[in-house]
Amino acid sequence: MNTTAIFINVFAFGCLIFAFIKDQTKTKQALTVALKSFFRILPTVLIIIIFIGLLLGFVPQNQISKIVGEQAGFGGVLIVALLGAFLHIPSLISFPLAASLLKSGASVTSVAVFITTLTMIGVVTLPLEIKELGKKMALLRNGISFVIAIVIGIVMGVIL
Amino acid sequence: MKDNVKEKETQRKGMKRDAIILGVTLIITIALLSIFPDKQEAVITTSWNFFIEMILILPAVMVLMGLFSVFVPKEMVVKYLGKAAGIRAVFLGILMGSLPTGPLYVAFPMASALLKKGAKISCIIAFLSAWACIKIPQEMVELQFLGPRFMAARLVLTIVLVVIMGILIERLIEWSDKKQILGGEEDASI
Repeated sequence: MNTTAIFINVFAFGCLIFAFIKDQTKTKQALTVALKSFFRILPTVLIIIIFIGLLLGFVPQNQISKIVGEQAGFGGVLIVALLGAFLHIPSLISFPLAASLLKSGASVTSVAVFITTLTMIGVVTLPLEIKELGKKMALLRNGISFVIAIVIGIVMGVIL
Repeated sequence: MKDNVKEKETQRKGMKRDAIILGVTLIITIALLSIFPDKQEAVITTSWNFFIEMILILPAVMVLMGLFSVFVPKEMVVKYLGKAAGIRAVFLGILMGSLPTGPLYVAFPMASALLKKGAKISCIIAFLSAWACIKIPQEMVELQFLGPRFMAARLVLTIVLVVIMGILIERLIEWSDKKQILGGEEDASI
């Protein structure tokens, strides 16, 4: 078990004890929610994990880095950004996927852009967003998020 | 009540769909691995390592999500953000957005309620963006898979840019609303 995993578990356990002291009934309710969401997300987690295995096993590293690696340039970043904007997968799953891309030769920039557009922009949920918040706000939010995702990616590529 | 039943129905449908996709993925994987036996080891080791990394933190992440969902109810978030003002509102929006759980589309009705309550647009944008990409349980998974440097850098950059974006969108919307009102008056005078 690595230190990060230990830290996360200790943190969650600490929160749990604190919550239990504050309100027992609510904490039990929270644990039921946790158990349900665990089984709810498990199939998706397994799908992505198998997909990562296949991706790293079958697609040669130089192929991946040609599309989304350092030498792919701005075009590669743009492709990843669009992919992230259109894909509709739970954000929790995006991190192992991003890590596998990083491991197989993708650049920090494209991975950071991918995570950011994947989580912030939802082309699939855009009609709902327009209905709730109005056209102006929804389009501005998604459009400017696309730009800042690329800025975040480029800055991260420079500093990391 | 009706919403609850509907929610359960869509959840059951979603689970069924996920189980089917998982089955298909498994079948394709087994087929591929029996056609290319030399890839077996690499694929299985990679998947297994990722599985271990995930299963070590997933229960803890789910506990955090469960706690936030029970202890930070939606009504509370809307109440706090509805009356916040100034630049404080933007940061409160980020904080409040990083606590609850659920996909982004759950936050749209909340944002709509905030809009109707007269909350600042910069605050609503900050809230939605934080909800989307810097939720605390989500950051834990990022920490595990991408490391502290990556996580911290993305977190800081995102907060800075989201604050700027919130203020920019607020200005743009105010500016275009003003133009519309002025335009309307001109029309009326003609």
